[in-house]
Amino acid sequence: MAEPAIELIGIDKSFGAVRANRNIHLTVERGTIHGIVGENGAGKSTLMSIIYGFYQADRGEIRVAGRPAAITDPNAAIAAGIGMVHQHFMLVHNLTVVENVMLGAERSPLLDKGIATVRAELKRLETDHGLEVDPDAVIEELPVGLQQRVEILKALYRGADILILDEPTGVLTPSEADHLFRVLKQLRDEGKTIVLITHKLREIMAITDTVSVMRQGEMVATRKTAETSVAELAELMVGRRVLLTVDKRPAAPGAPLLSVEKLSVKDSRGVTMVDDVSFSVRAGEIVGIAGVAGNGQSELLEALSGIRRALRGKVAMNGRAIDPTREADPAEIRRIGCAHVPEDRHHMGLVLPFEENENAILGYQDDPRFQKGPLLDLAAMRGDARDKIAAYDIRPADCRLKTANFSGGNQQKIVLAREMERDPDVLLIGQPTRGVDVGAIEFIHKRIVEMRDAGKAILLVSVELDEIRALSDRILVMFAGRIVGERGPDASESELGLLMAGVDGKEAAE
Amino acid sequence: MSRPYAKLPAWIDYGLIPLINLVVAFLVAGLVVLLVGESPLEAAALMLRGAFGYAEGFGFTLYYATNFIFTGLAVAVAFHGGLFNIGGEGQAYVGGLGVAAVALSLGAILPWWLNLPLAIALSFAFGALWAFVPAYLQAKRGSHIVITTIMFNFIAASLMVYLLVGVLKPAGSMAPETRTFDAGGQLPKLKGLFELFGFNLGGAPLNVSIFVALVAAVFVYVLIWRTRLGYEIRTLGFSPRAARYAGMSETRLIVVTMMISGGLAGMMALNAIMGDQYRLAIDFPQGAGFVGIAVALMGRGHPAGIVPAAILFGMLYQGGAELAFDMPAISRDMIVIIQGLVILFAGALENMFRPGIGAAYQRVRFRTEEPAGANVGEAR
Repeated sequence: MAEPAIELIGIDKSFGAVRANRNIHLTVERGTIHGIVGENGAGKSTLMSIIYGFYQADRGEIRVAGRPAAITDPNAAIAAGIGMVHQHFMLVHNLTVVENVMLGAERSPLLDKGIATVRAELKRLETDHGLEVDPDAVIEELPVGLQQRVEILKALYRGADILILDEPTGVLTPSEADHLFRVLKQLRDEGKTIVLITHKLREIMAITDTVSVMRQGEMVATRKTAETSVAELAELMVGRRVLLTVDKRPAAPGAPLLSVEKLSVKDSRGVTMVDDVSFSVRAGEIVGIAGVAGNGQSELLEALSGIRRALRGKVAMNGRAIDPTREADPAEIRRIGCAHVPEDRHHMGLVLPFEENENAILGYQDDPRFQKGPLLDLAAMRGDARDKIAAYDIRPADCRLKTANFSGGNQQKIVLAREMERDPDVLLIGQPTRGVDVGAIEFIHKRIVEMRDAGKAILLVSVELDEIRALSDRILVMFAGRIVGERGPDASESELGLLMAGVDGKEAAE
Repeated sequence: MSRPYAKLPAWIDYGLIPLINLVVAFLVAGLVVLLVGESPLEAAALMLRGAFGYAEGFGFTLYYATNFIFTGLAVAVAFHGGLFNIGGEGQAYVGGLGVAAVALSLGAILPWWLNLPLAIALSFAFGALWAFVPAYLQAKRGSHIVITTIMFNFIAASLMVYLLVGVLKPAGSMAPETRTFDAGGQLPKLKGLFELFGFNLGGAPLNVSIFVALVAAVFVYVLIWRTRLGYEIRTLGFSPRAARYAGMSETRLIVVTMMISGGLAGMMALNAIMGDQYRLAIDFPQGAGFVGIAVALMGRGHPAGIVPAAILFGMLYQGGAELAFDMPAISRDMIVIIQGLVILFAGALENMFRPGIGAAYQRVRFRTEEPAGANVGEAR
């Protein structure tokens, strides 16, 4: 057998007192697709950053094609034939494809020679690998799937034999993801080695040859994909058996508690993100909004929760008419009995440097329960936080701990506990399980269903199609700011996928 | 990794790291002294003796420290709201108008202990007013507070020159300053208090406003960590989006935070004008507003850190002056260089040694907690 493409021997990496990688051993065989799975914070990205030279390992050795390689920076990684496609693309938006591919490899102060080389090389890559893209297109005008292709082309142009892709499908529609997988398989068949980092187990099962599982900074197992199962991988990731489906009875919806009529919202750049949207959510039902990130879901949630001013439209919440075009006031929306679990937990839902108990009153800091004369009643705040910690099994159970020191799942529980324990009538939830470990997902889903069964109206926004399908009683699909279709919870994934990609509803039904 | 450096124990965070920064600052300052051909050790001894070695010097040190407590607290309050108030100098300068208004009009009528609360209120109000315009521009128009507060320092300087030369100067005087305040406009010195303990403060201008400064430090602590307003200020400082989500008004918070900050800076005038010079003179803040930035940085925005940091800078001022006097090779400008080095290492380069110290600490800790490579087999 040929030398493995990459071999990691005993890699250790710490950040301050946090050990992100401990004693990692990994062998990636040449000409395979090797998946690396793990929960958020398991150390996958750190490990890949070490291979790509962003970080230096504290200890351990990297071998490329059997030889020890000193990868001190990304240039050394590129020289060793390693290319990386980042989760967030590293492209210059106002430059063309050619200019982006050339970036960092211009070769001379005058660009004409470099441009000619890149053009010729892009042509060759197109014929060799079927990676077609207009070389003169400006990046920001390309759809996300093609932008990602430019990233792959960039890596190949620099002579990459080994491609690392970090969560490549997070921003793609299902059909774009399928296309990516076809490209990756073809690259593999041509002898390239591919390392795929993801937390989506289905992707792993679909395209990898080998899969390695990371947990809490350690490499806990490596399996042949053909010999393992989603259940086994999930268990390895979490360290215990997990329930992957949501247990719920059919909904018994009552009167509408949230109705939205012809709502339009512009974002801060002045682009219309929500375009003439109407829908309603009834008591005792979960309405899920499916869509690829960036199609207006965030702006919709922000407008409904009073964070963002709408352009026009009407909203009625809990029997009260609200004018969403006025100067926004989230405090008023809260008083009406609407709670909001924001999509961006780190910058909106929580103040990470705060103590846990301080975050447990965020948004409710005016509540008389927490006031003592001119001061905040710290004893009441902490008592209240302890109750929530117990009720939601937040770990560690320490209300004085800095919020940044909780794991993603526990941070999300802090937000959920705060918003749900207020017993709101309308609940807006954005990305309830983003960056949350599998164990906590189970718990969070159960709570959401409990809220529904208690007769609340719940609007759920998630980019995880599985989550939308598992939880929702009705599914609305958003594309380019419009609601392009409504389906029941039993709608097939491919049908929803087509809607999410903007294919017309009638065509999708066929 | 959103959080590259984990939390270190408090003794490292608040003890060891500032200490190392300070030592490095003095080592580099020592090199400067060596360059001009003097002995760094001798210079350090002279400086320390000048600042702490005898009662009068110590009185001066505390007098300067009082100024820096006020301005340090001012900068810290704004910091907590995510606002960088560079305008402490101008706010203190204009705050002097508030003090002078009370001392000139009521100095001959009321005793000092009735004038003091009035002077506190007016100096706070004038400083707050001077901070209001930049705050309002930031909140409503997005004009950057750093730029506007700097510009307001210059406006304050010009305004005060105009007032002192043209309006407040007594007829016939050649000095651009007000007349000397009457007895009721003069705060008592602490000479008598220290004499009870057998110390002779001599001509040191240390006065009762140091107690006002200490009360202000407690006030800032309570405000920031115990009140709803402080909670809102900190939320805004850490995450404006979270503040918006929580229904706090960013406009209101920016204006209120900056006005409290400006007010605290304005109160610095109590010490300099009512406590020492007994008249409003040109350029009386003498850079205290800028030193406040370093003091707030070094004190990590916490009153318990700001007070010692202010005393440290008081020492640099007082000890530095004595050093310049005793070592002719070391000029006044050299002292400014040394002060600059302390600001550089303690403030601006605050994080320079942190990663290294964090890594070293974690190596020591993990070496003692678990033997390396214990679970190689499991990972395979």
